[in-house]
Amino acid sequence: MSKRRVVVTGLGTINPLGNNVQDTWKNLVNGVSGIDSITSFDTSNLPVTFAGEVKNFDANEYMGKQHARKLDRSGHLSIYATEEALKDAELNSQERLGPNVGIVFGTGIGGIGATEDAVRTFDERGPSRVNPLAITQLMPNSSTGQVAIKFGIEGPSVTITTACAASANAVGEAKNMIENGIVDIVVTGGTESGTTPMTIAAFAQIRALSTQNDNPKEACKPFDKNRDGFVMGEGSTVLILESEESAKSRNAEIYAYIDGYGSTTDAYHITAPAEGGAGAVKAMEKAIEDAGITPSDIDYINAHGTSTPANDKNETEAIKTVLGEKASEVVISSTKSMTGHLLGGGGAFESMASILSIKHSKVPPTINLNDPDEECDLNYTPNDAVDLEINTAMSNSFGFGGHNAVLVFKKS
Amino acid sequence: MEVNEVFEKVKNLFVEELGIDAEKVTMEAKLEEDLEIDSLGIVEVVMAFEDEFGIEIDDEELTDVGTVGQAVNLLHSKL
Repeated sequence: MSKRRVVVTGLGTINPLGNNVQDTWKNLVNGVSGIDSITSFDTSNLPVTFAGEVKNFDANEYMGKQHARKLDRSGHLSIYATEEALKDAELNSQERLGPNVGIVFGTGIGGIGATEDAVRTFDERGPSRVNPLAITQLMPNSSTGQVAIKFGIEGPSVTITTACAASANAVGEAKNMIENGIVDIVVTGGTESGTTPMTIAAFAQIRALSTQNDNPKEACKPFDKNRDGFVMGEGSTVLILESEESAKSRNAEIYAYIDGYGSTTDAYHITAPAEGGAGAVKAMEKAIEDAGITPSDIDYINAHGTSTPANDKNETEAIKTVLGEKASEVVISSTKSMTGHLLGGGGAFESMASILSIKHSKVPPTINLNDPDEECDLNYTPNDAVDLEINTAMSNSFGFGGHNAVLVFKKS
Repeated sequence: MEVNEVFEKVKNLFVEELGIDAEKVTMEAKLEEDLEIDSLGIVEVVMAFEDEFGIEIDDEELTDVGTVGQAVNLLHSKL
């Protein structure tokens, strides 16, 4: 059986740059930073006091208090982004999406906020006062289940937890599901809302985070010589993937094709990337092969670009290995410079950014890139967006655990 | 405490803590069908009752509680 081609017919998002696709895109191309001092909890005893938080979103107002209080914040954001995406794909008229629709969602740490709250209650008030909703809020598949319930998704459901590659893996596995004829439509993407006191403390302990507390908006500087770590971000992004046939039969607007997916594992170290980005190289090569293109066909790379010393250096090397001479010409950018690191929600967000770049023929910049590192010597679109006709875009995502997921999108 | 006082406290808990619409909370209202309190929610309700009234409620005592009125009467009998 020949594989079916897969298209993207809907996008929805809520993230540090905006609570819909339009605002997000506007801020992306204008080089706006969504990062700021944390407002949702007291940071006075923490070594890092800033992050990319979702703003102006009240879950009680959005879904009613009775529903909202049953979910962790990651669940609220997931339902919100999914509703946006389904509206965008004009699939919001049915009460239940039914058995021909699947869901593949990614998250790094699920309802970690609920976990922390429950442990605190346990310590302070004992086992009989632990929130009975704690389990259903903290389990990593909570968003997957809650979204499926809300929109009546009865096809296969899968939750992927490959850290910062999770939602890129989700989009890729969703593509496989449609290609292989399992269902015609998959709601996919991912969510992270893990900006909590404990996670900040723990990430800071391993020196993964930028500590530029006095200058949050300029702290995330991928590929810059003075980069000192990533910045936590939260958000949810959802893509509606569909077989081309299905999309055309209902005259849906097609954003782009998703033609390539490569997934590999470093099997090297639990946090450090393999030397030269060896696993990343293989994932990019797989994705390019899957898309039936050659490396020189790639016009734009939305880099993983976390702003950690190790990632940006190794990713640069990996891109050079894959693209050869073309590496010095290809246009690259890291949108994390503006959103912070959306962790398990990052791959889906950056898929959206890649797709919108194709659609609008414009590449969002890498902001705060003023003093390039000698070891990072490619074209990262510093500080200003550029106009570019893009036929093929590639999005890289790599996660703790050694997970590498790469996606290739093509103009429709 | 009078039954109607217990009811007012219960109603207040449902509205303030659980976010249920005030007009839905009547003595006749069915917990599951009318107030959408499912099996997980009932544990929260019991915890809230215990904290509010300073009592303990055993799971067996809940067997016959299906409406707000039945919950109010159970609480009233234990005070």
